[in-house]
Amino acid sequence: MGTYLVRRLLIALPSLLGISVVLFTVLALAPGDPFEEMATNPNIPPEVRLALREKFGIDDPVYLRYFRWLAAMMQGDWGFSFASRVDVDTLILQRLPATIFVIGSSQILALAIALPVGIYAATRPYSVFDQIANTFAFIGFSLPTFFTGLLFILVFSIWLDWLPFVYRSDISATGWRWYWEQIRQAIMPVMVLGLFQAASYTRYVRSAVLDVIRLDFVTTARAKGLGEKTVVVRHVVRNALIPVVTLVALQMPTVFGGAIVTEQIFRIPGIGSLLISAILANDTPVIMAVTFVFACLVVTFNLIADVLYGWLDPRIAFR
Amino acid sequence: MNETEIHGMVADVKEGKLSRRGFMQRLAAFGVAAPTAWHILDFHGVAQAQSLTAYKPTKAGGGGPLKILLWQAPTLLNPHFAIGTKDQEGSRVFYEPLAGWDTDGNLVPFLAAEIPSRENGSVSADGLSVTWKLKPNVKWHDGKPFTADDCLFTAEYAADAATAATTIGTYKDIKIEKVNDLTIKITFAKPTPFWADAFVGAAGMILPKHVFEPFKGAASRDAPANLKPVGTSAYKFIDFKPGDILRGERNADYHIANQPHFDTIEVKGGGDAVSAARAVIQTGEFDYAWNMQVEDEILLRMERGGRGKAIPVSSGNIEFIMLNTTDPWTEVDGERSSVKTKHPSLTDPAVRAAINLLIDRDSVEKFIYGRGGRATANFVNAPPRYVSPNMKYEFSIDKANKLLDDAGWVRGADGIRAKGGIRLKYVFQTSINAPRQKTQAIIKQAAQRAGIDIELKSVTASVFFSSDVANPDTYSKFYCDMQMYTTTMLQPDPERFMLQLVSWEIADKEDKWQGRNISRYSSAEADAAFREAQNSLDPARRTALFIRMNDIFCGAHIIVPVLARTRMAASSNNLVVQPSGWDLDLWMLNAWFRP
Repeated sequence: MGTYLVRRLLIALPSLLGISVVLFTVLALAPGDPFEEMATNPNIPPEVRLALREKFGIDDPVYLRYFRWLAAMMQGDWGFSFASRVDVDTLILQRLPATIFVIGSSQILALAIALPVGIYAATRPYSVFDQIANTFAFIGFSLPTFFTGLLFILVFSIWLDWLPFVYRSDISATGWRWYWEQIRQAIMPVMVLGLFQAASYTRYVRSAVLDVIRLDFVTTARAKGLGEKTVVVRHVVRNALIPVVTLVALQMPTVFGGAIVTEQIFRIPGIGSLLISAILANDTPVIMAVTFVFACLVVTFNLIADVLYGWLDPRIAFR
Repeated sequence: MNETEIHGMVADVKEGKLSRRGFMQRLAAFGVAAPTAWHILDFHGVAQAQSLTAYKPTKAGGGGPLKILLWQAPTLLNPHFAIGTKDQEGSRVFYEPLAGWDTDGNLVPFLAAEIPSRENGSVSADGLSVTWKLKPNVKWHDGKPFTADDCLFTAEYAADAATAATTIGTYKDIKIEKVNDLTIKITFAKPTPFWADAFVGAAGMILPKHVFEPFKGAASRDAPANLKPVGTSAYKFIDFKPGDILRGERNADYHIANQPHFDTIEVKGGGDAVSAARAVIQTGEFDYAWNMQVEDEILLRMERGGRGKAIPVSSGNIEFIMLNTTDPWTEVDGERSSVKTKHPSLTDPAVRAAINLLIDRDSVEKFIYGRGGRATANFVNAPPRYVSPNMKYEFSIDKANKLLDDAGWVRGADGIRAKGGIRLKYVFQTSINAPRQKTQAIIKQAAQRAGIDIELKSVTASVFFSSDVANPDTYSKFYCDMQMYTTTMLQPDPERFMLQLVSWEIADKEDKWQGRNISRYSSAEADAAFREAQNSLDPARRTALFIRMNDIFCGAHIIVPVLARTRMAASSNNLVVQPSGWDLDLWMLNAWFRP
């Protein structure tokens, strides 16, 4: 297990390096200029823009910029944002809590819906409940989050006027009122992300449970005279959840990706909206850092999924 | 009416033969708007009435929170690092300049005790210096007094190339002396009629010396105050997260009595323009939002809810089309659209005049931009004193056809006109932006009916407006026959703006396409007019020269103006804001209130 982990981590390093090269090249090839807005401003002489570009090293050849970035990164220096002249790691740390709160809650919501619904549907396949659950699951993962997000805003904020649609990171209220405001503003984004995830998880849980429920040991358990509840919870679900756990771990990076759009719609100050504003401002160091964080997440969660799988299912050996 | 007549009338006012009011009325009869008349009188030392803002509250505070939504959020709070207007707006919440511009183009003092003028001698007669008197007893948010040293330091800080300030252009060529603790004197290298640049408006915000002194030059990025400003304004800093939220509280020691009205201020960022408009106009979650790049139709629909409204503010921005008289399709010395080449058909004035007749400006205004623009035939549209009365626009396909017929451009079998084997086929580019594509389509249709074939091209804004030397699709390269975009005029004086029309600013390979004159057209008369206006201390003469430049370019249809753009903001119905087209949206935040 120990050597397996070390080996996996060593493999992860070159892939991260490769990812960083690709990201950097793509960003360098993409058109745009962080000081674009100055170009159409008659009050700023062009020399100012050129001097800034030179000072921030934007005019150097790509490979030189890449090695400079890599060397700094090795020493833990993420560089600074061209737009705010603040260190990138500070910016990301500032944004992380909001993202983790929203994504964490939406995952909990997704699992809280998907597990009971998926299991119940699988134990009674093709029943009315199963049909309804399936239909909703299909609708749920066919509707993109940007659409449901706008729909929710239209219904709950504009027509009904119940919920705010601008997420605020510092609510001035204290005590219970603070929690209440926090929940009120988080309901819509968490629902949008959570329901989307719940829909696909439901499908996975259902099929995983269906796979297991037909196996011989389940029949044996029933034959032993165990109650239906014990059979499902202790024998079926425990085995069926092994692939689901890996799936949830593997889905995490996708969830972060999906949250980018949701964050933008609800103005949640998370790393997703940081990425979007950085892309719009051509703020290369920030784009680089955030995408790199996403890349690290993908690699890490892959590793976690593998390790979890082996741990949950001893038949799988670490080699 | 010419300069001599105006001079004569000013003399009459001075001698008391003609009242101020009579002067204004007489000028109005000639189409000169009141603010212009004021300025002419002001220049000649006839006292002006300061444009006043009706601030009602009788005590400071008590207004509760003020919530502003800037969907393009400020990312830093040092006004001299500001990359775009968003950062300047954020900084303006805490910092103040000596004076700002109101919407008529008048100066309003903030940290200055009074506005310098020729009358009291603080603007020197030779145009070489200006003396500002600072307001006494102003305190920085940390309690230290504001003095002339802070002004001197700000200029020195911004002018230092190592600081990498974006305002360096304003401060690098001026000399500033401290006369005493509350008086500074700015000296210019040559006579400068437009003296109100340094310490005025968006680029003029003054930094505290005692806070920024250790962080001058190369260390500028490390200053904690870049994100935690200490200013003199009506609101004190509480908290800032770049790109997300900015909070402030009422400054109890503010130097203007009974201001500000609000107890706290919150500036939230992120999202897009449409949903920002919605949060202010429709749901009322926020009190104010800026830069409403939203189609007017959508705004009108939201306004029906009755909670908020859109506020159009006229500005100097102009949406215009540029016709290329150089050849964009032939490469000479490594560049296309070189001044060494001539366009095969657009060099014919009749063709350019015909294209001008084919632009249905009224429809563009009515159906596309709504309150967001006003059809115009002029390049300079504000302040009123600089607007040429000589240019007219008209939409007439018949007249265009006749012009082209007379000039010998004959329709071919496919309906497209040609002469000597040269066909009237053009590529027309602009940036990707829904109203622009609609405008392009309207023009293409009209042109077709006059036998001109226009191919439409749209380029992503981030490419079109980039300074990427390697990219052929940027607006400054102008590698096509016609293009359309908006250029901004940020000061109520057109001198900088007019640089776009002079020969030494022509964009070419040599200056890496950084030159301001994108059209590449030049006229010896316009050059001479600009040079004279730069040093002319007589505003009437200066105005006449700028109007002449406008007429040369618009008359030759090199510049084909479409709309004078307005700046749109959204405000809640129970908020009184102080908009200005010549300064930042938040330029007079101290005087906002709830009625």
